[in-house]
Amino acid sequence: MSPADRFLRNHRNEHLLFVGRLGFATAVMALMVGALVWRYFDLQISRHGDFVTLAERNRIHVRAIPPPRGLIFDRNGILLADNRPGFTLSIAVERAGNLDALLGALDELLDLGDSEIERFRELAARRRPYESVPLRYNLSELEQSLLAVNEYRLDGVEIAAQLIRHYPLGERFAHVLGYVGRIDERELKTLDPAAYSGIYLIGKTGLERFYERELLGRPGAEYVETNARGRVMRVLDRVPPAAGANLRLHLDARLQEVAYQALAGARGAVVAIDTKTGGVLAMASAPSFDPNPFVTGISTAEYKALIESPDNPLFDRAVRGQYPPGSTVKPVFGLAALDSGIATPSFGIYDPGFFRLDNSTHKYRDWKRGGHGIVNLYDAIVQSCDVYFYTVGTRMGIDRLHRYATAFGFGAPTGVDLPNEAAGIMPSREWKPGARGLAWYPGDTVNTSIGQGFMTATPLQLAVATSRIAMRGEVRAPRLGRTLGLSPVANPPSAAPIRVASEHWDEIFRGMRGVVEDRQGTARSAIAAMGPATYTMAGKTGTAQVVGVKQNARYDPRRLTKTQLDHALFIAFAPVESPRIAVGVLVENGEHGSSTAAPVARRVIDAFMQFYPDGTGHE
Amino acid sequence: MSKPDFDRHLREPGAAVYGRRSHWLIPHVDPVLTLLLVILMAAGLLVLYSASGRDMGQIQRQMLFMGVGLAAMSFAAQIPPRILLRWSWLPYVLGILLLVGVDLFGSGAKGAQRWLAIGPVRFQPSELLKIAVPLVLSAYFGSRLLPPRFKDVCLAVAVLLVPLLLVAIQPDLGTAILIGAGGAFVLFLAGIGIRYLAVALLGVLAGAPAMWLFALHDYQKNRILTLLDPQQDKLGTGWNIIQSTTAIGSGGLTGKGWFQGTQSQLDFLPESHTDFIIAVLSEEFGFLAVLALLALYMLIVFRGLAISLAAPSMFGRLLAGTISLTFFLYVFVNIGMVAGLLPVVGVPLPMISYGGTSVVTLSIGFGILMAVRSEIDTRG
Repeated sequence: MSPADRFLRNHRNEHLLFVGRLGFATAVMALMVGALVWRYFDLQISRHGDFVTLAERNRIHVRAIPPPRGLIFDRNGILLADNRPGFTLSIAVERAGNLDALLGALDELLDLGDSEIERFRELAARRRPYESVPLRYNLSELEQSLLAVNEYRLDGVEIAAQLIRHYPLGERFAHVLGYVGRIDERELKTLDPAAYSGIYLIGKTGLERFYERELLGRPGAEYVETNARGRVMRVLDRVPPAAGANLRLHLDARLQEVAYQALAGARGAVVAIDTKTGGVLAMASAPSFDPNPFVTGISTAEYKALIESPDNPLFDRAVRGQYPPGSTVKPVFGLAALDSGIATPSFGIYDPGFFRLDNSTHKYRDWKRGGHGIVNLYDAIVQSCDVYFYTVGTRMGIDRLHRYATAFGFGAPTGVDLPNEAAGIMPSREWKPGARGLAWYPGDTVNTSIGQGFMTATPLQLAVATSRIAMRGEVRAPRLGRTLGLSPVANPPSAAPIRVASEHWDEIFRGMRGVVEDRQGTARSAIAAMGPATYTMAGKTGTAQVVGVKQNARYDPRRLTKTQLDHALFIAFAPVESPRIAVGVLVENGEHGSSTAAPVARRVIDAFMQFYPDGTGHE
Repeated sequence: MSKPDFDRHLREPGAAVYGRRSHWLIPHVDPVLTLLLVILMAAGLLVLYSASGRDMGQIQRQMLFMGVGLAAMSFAAQIPPRILLRWSWLPYVLGILLLVGVDLFGSGAKGAQRWLAIGPVRFQPSELLKIAVPLVLSAYFGSRLLPPRFKDVCLAVAVLLVPLLLVAIQPDLGTAILIGAGGAFVLFLAGIGIRYLAVALLGVLAGAPAMWLFALHDYQKNRILTLLDPQQDKLGTGWNIIQSTTAIGSGGLTGKGWFQGTQSQLDFLPESHTDFIIAVLSEEFGFLAVLALLALYMLIVFRGLAISLAAPSMFGRLLAGTISLTFFLYVFVNIGMVAGLLPVVGVPLPMISYGGTSVVTLSIGFGILMAVRSEIDTRG
């Protein structure tokens, strides 16, 4: 470098240097543009498909459309379980942003309870992705307006019209229909998520539970386009849901009403069966409750009141209540005595008012102090003579008693289409060591022969046994459901009939008719007091001890509390000539089958005869 | 002095007098560059109309900004280069003063103090420095012997560092880097020695960890981490990049069509009308449109570089070259960041993103580029 170069500008050199640098910069720019082109090529061409999928997943969401649940009708088409539109507040948690803040804001508006929030959080923790979680059902108009006004600050909140189960006849059918309620944690683990997408209610009890699968229907789906905040912009495609099958019952709402009213003020149950079909015409349990609050979530206070009520209204006495059947089993055991040759119609015994086993001083008392004198089978049934049945029962032995009672349905679930049916107990030589750890004593047979001791039965079992007597041994499982959609409800295969000689049936029919008609009949005065009937009726009273009476003591109602009083039972069928209806009645602590239970049966049968003077038309 | 010299001397003052008068009368707007810019703006409006959700009001405002920008460009193009040279320090000093003012009194947006309100107009002084720094440095090196000596380099670095630090503490790291890049381009084009470049590179490499530990704010660190793995925070900082790459990728070769971009129209794409507008273009018009846009940008850059090469003075060359390269850098940073190649910094897509400041500043830059070109005309 010459000295001159250092002080004089060399334009040529400077220019060359500049051009060189610019060239270098251009080369670098070309590389950078190349990088951009490569990157965009990679995104837009090479991985185009992946990003299309991502974009579609962004905007398209599948929303389940819950199917309308099948309706439930009585035999005449009266609606028993309906779906009503209601507004439900749900939260799409993914879009809510700050969930705690949102719940806080909703709490200010709607006054959420702690349990409501807690339940929501449980549901939210188990939700499927992007599924909205219900917070409150059946929003009132005020609540809807509050939410609408504040919508701008409630991101993620959804208010949707939903069908909510409603039971128009409320407490009359509460036990037999059951109710639907929110799917709980235990149920959620077992049920198929696809079958229940978008569905929050499931049959909890009664028919709603038994026919859950059929009533449910199949959820549909809606493919919707949403924006980034989860707002639905439009519906792209829709697969309609398939409604659940409508369930039509054998039950008659009018008869159910009569049965329920007949039990008014009492604790008890009535079951009426169409003897020709096995269809259950009425099945009432009292006291009852309103099932509707259970659908949307009953308040803790309301639930507590139901649970803690001494009358136990939630308990379905008709299929879950197990009571000693008492004297109502006498027709069955009388038939057993005839059929097994232990007794003939003319065979008589002397009843001194008590019965003693050989080699024993223990007195098994008759309900009538002083006894009935000389009685044959007819007298024994009409007057409900205990000593006669102690005698023939002991002679038959427990094995025979067990065999006959079982044939009439005692000691096993009847197979009715309801969940959790109780089996009752028909004790046997094999049963006692297992259940009580003791050997079978002859005294046990004595007690069993009048339906006391270990023996228990549900009111449904009583009605079923009565129906089998009325049908002279035809065995039919009781059924509530008649048709599901267009197809009939499948009946269980009918068991072999109970084969007993015709004249034996006649003798039992005569006895049971005498209970109602004979001057000495235990139910005569109670039934006659209700006026002349247009039909013939056969029945049997029963009184079941709740507390044991000591050897030399007397049953003294004045010394017992209300819940220690005897249970009253009554079974009946009519008309005797061609039976169409069989009824079982139980009134807890009703003291006498004749005075409290028989009138209930009469009212139900009266109503049935009035509604169906020419039969139910389904035989 | 020889006679011809004298003749020339005689002629020159006259010509100069004439030229000085006539310079304002002859339009110096470069028709080629203007045409390219207008095409770019028109394309931008097309995309913006879709990105804004067919908001005609926004289009009208953007057209107003563009009008103001073109007017400012035309005016800047008329400024005689000599005046630019003489007053090159003025915008720089003014910019520094305003920056200090912003740091002390400015109004914040998203936690950063960047804006200064003068009446109804809000503007960022840092934008002024994007022009002022190249201007003052080009003027300085234009009057020195090149390649620059150590003393010149030190002085230039000092001139560069003052505004850079003032912007960085706002904090607006993106703008600071762009201002720094503008200054660096001047130094580079001025022919700074390779060893300086090596030292600068080493400095950056050594300084980066220190910056990470002491200087960067958490949100800035997040942006860099997000670049490396957008999935780590899908709904937070990663959201923008995931959504923009999804928009770009789903556009494919020819795009989904105008207004048909689901990512853009359904609000999955954030900042779709401002910094991320290239994603809208990519989604709705596809890879081919991206290529066309890049081509258009490169034509503008090359036109600028051509002006730079033809400029008679080193001041003009440096200034025009730096403006062109800076323009390219904006384009690259924006398109690169939206596609997830670079960390997200607040750089709009030149002439297309919605916003007045960017359009007007860039237009003034192009006006100055045209002013440099007027030097060629005058000579020619």
